[in-house]
Amino acid sequence: MNRLPSFLLCSAALFLATSPATAQQELNALVWCDHTDPALIEPFEAAHNVKVNLREYEGTGAALALLEQSRPGDWDVLVIDGIDVFRAVEGGILAPLPEDALPIADFFPEVVMAENNTVDGVTYAVTEKFGYNTISYNADKVDPADMQDLATVWSETYQGRISIYDYYLPLIGLAAISAGIPTAEIGADDLDAIGEVLSTMRGRAASVAGVVAAQTALATGEVDIVVGGGEWLTAVLAEDQPELTWTIPDQGAVRWAQSIGIVQGTSQPDLALEFIKYITSPEGQARLATSSCFWGMPANAKAGEILTDAQKAVLRWDEQPGYLARTQLYPAPDTDLDIEMQDLWLNTLQQ
Amino acid sequence: MTQTARGWGFVAPALLWTFAFFILPLIVMGAMSLATLDGRTLVWGLSLANYAELAEKAYLWRAILVSLEITLTVTIVSVLLAYPLAWIIAFRVPKRWQRLTLLLAILPFWTSYVVRSYAWLLVLAREGVVNQTLLNLGLIAEPLTLANTRFATITGFVHFFVMLLTLTIYANLIQLSPNYRRAAMDLGASAFQTFRHVILPLTLPGIVTGAFLTFVLCIGDYVTPQILGGNTELTVPQVIMVQLGRRADFPLASALAIVLMGIVTLAYLACARWLRLDRI
Repeated sequence: MNRLPSFLLCSAALFLATSPATAQQELNALVWCDHTDPALIEPFEAAHNVKVNLREYEGTGAALALLEQSRPGDWDVLVIDGIDVFRAVEGGILAPLPEDALPIADFFPEVVMAENNTVDGVTYAVTEKFGYNTISYNADKVDPADMQDLATVWSETYQGRISIYDYYLPLIGLAAISAGIPTAEIGADDLDAIGEVLSTMRGRAASVAGVVAAQTALATGEVDIVVGGGEWLTAVLAEDQPELTWTIPDQGAVRWAQSIGIVQGTSQPDLALEFIKYITSPEGQARLATSSCFWGMPANAKAGEILTDAQKAVLRWDEQPGYLARTQLYPAPDTDLDIEMQDLWLNTLQQ
Repeated sequence: MTQTARGWGFVAPALLWTFAFFILPLIVMGAMSLATLDGRTLVWGLSLANYAELAEKAYLWRAILVSLEITLTVTIVSVLLAYPLAWIIAFRVPKRWQRLTLLLAILPFWTSYVVRSYAWLLVLAREGVVNQTLLNLGLIAEPLTLANTRFATITGFVHFFVMLLTLTIYANLIQLSPNYRRAAMDLGASAFQTFRHVILPLTLPGIVTGAFLTFVLCIGDYVTPQILGGNTELTVPQVIMVQLGRRADFPLASALAIVLMGIVTLAYLACARWLRLDRI
């Protein structure tokens, strides 16, 4: 008879011992790899006693497919390519965002990008980070003056010493800029001219590489130039190899931007909003800008008060007004044009 | 319970597993390959549009061709390297050392496939071990372009599959009675004739089994060509990944996967006569 109370007491003790862990809130976010840096996430977890579950994805299509197959409430926050916010809104994936709760007024005006983040007057996402798909190079191996002109970047001088970043939208954007076509105006009729530039570029290249492969190629001397690279590619290498640098050519370059929003149907919209408020705060922005995965400019200009001088030097903080004026957002094609662009890219790779 | 019912009871878990994780996904993939995308909306149907795209788009055909060329080269080179190695382990290495030798042969299996591929990238780089050695020996004046080429992809694959083939061929060789060789020699056959007319035919099932596994694993592999090939040409798995990444074109990706399965099925039919999975 004495065994039953003992058993119940033990069970109760076990329940009490484990209940704080199970009661802890969890936030599920679908993100790019820069959000997985513990230095970025841990302060938020500690401040809100919450466990943030992060899942990386590659490619907007894969993320949207995953979200569409999930149940409402499975995901709370989505980080998405700025040009694809409209796709997520069309799919009913993003919830309206109370923009007055966020420090948008502190953002660099050029990256607020209301035309991307707002649909029919409703804001669904905010920009959190941006940077450039431009030219990264080894300053000890190439003439920096040559890197100021796109035509000389992929000239015969650098035959076999170039790697091309493996993502068709920014590369098509760079080729368009080189051909004098504004990225926002690219149409199907422009693809022949863009294709010619891509073919030349491809003919000069030793490889077409993803992020890690491009970094490895540049760091090991396999190539001296990465077309489509930028601060996101060389910043993490800068400490050990300061000769690896980047520039924006005279014709300009392509600007990328990533946005963050709340997933429609989340069961904890307040916590999700708190997370976005943290990420867009000066502290969160400074940590996101210098994430161990890749560096990039914070959207919130007040992050400059927290970043060190050395970090700002790597990010080229003081040169941003000029860079923002000379760069164009990378192409945001509709479905049909997107298919044609992808076909053009794959045909170029298979040449 | 009858003998038959008990028999079904034993195989039922395996059958259920096969149905749930092979047959059912295959049916879904087949159905998906006949669906289409309207914008981002998936439209189920019986459309052959995705297969028509295979005929229309040159880069898709080229991907199939590239995959076949790489896979056949890897299979042939791996067999040519693995057979002598398996022979030496089976007949030249003393019995007590064979287990250790096999262990050493499969040692590279113990490291991560991805890490191994990146390691090859460094070895074959312009400033890597191979180029530096050739330069120091004065055999070349300029570094060779080895990384980010088809050669690099094939090297990475062969490194992996020689180990696999060595195991399957070795397993076949040690089952051969030495009496076959002795009998052939007694009847006046030379060493080459003994190998050509006795040993080779008897070890063919092991070779074909290993070669078939190599073919299947190689043609469906994404990691090695992606890391070592430098995207200088695309294989079918790489093209499938591109379809999924940004546009989530699962119908076209499924059609490509079905084509890949068709190629594997043809390869199976071509070597079914010699396939002996019990020799692995």
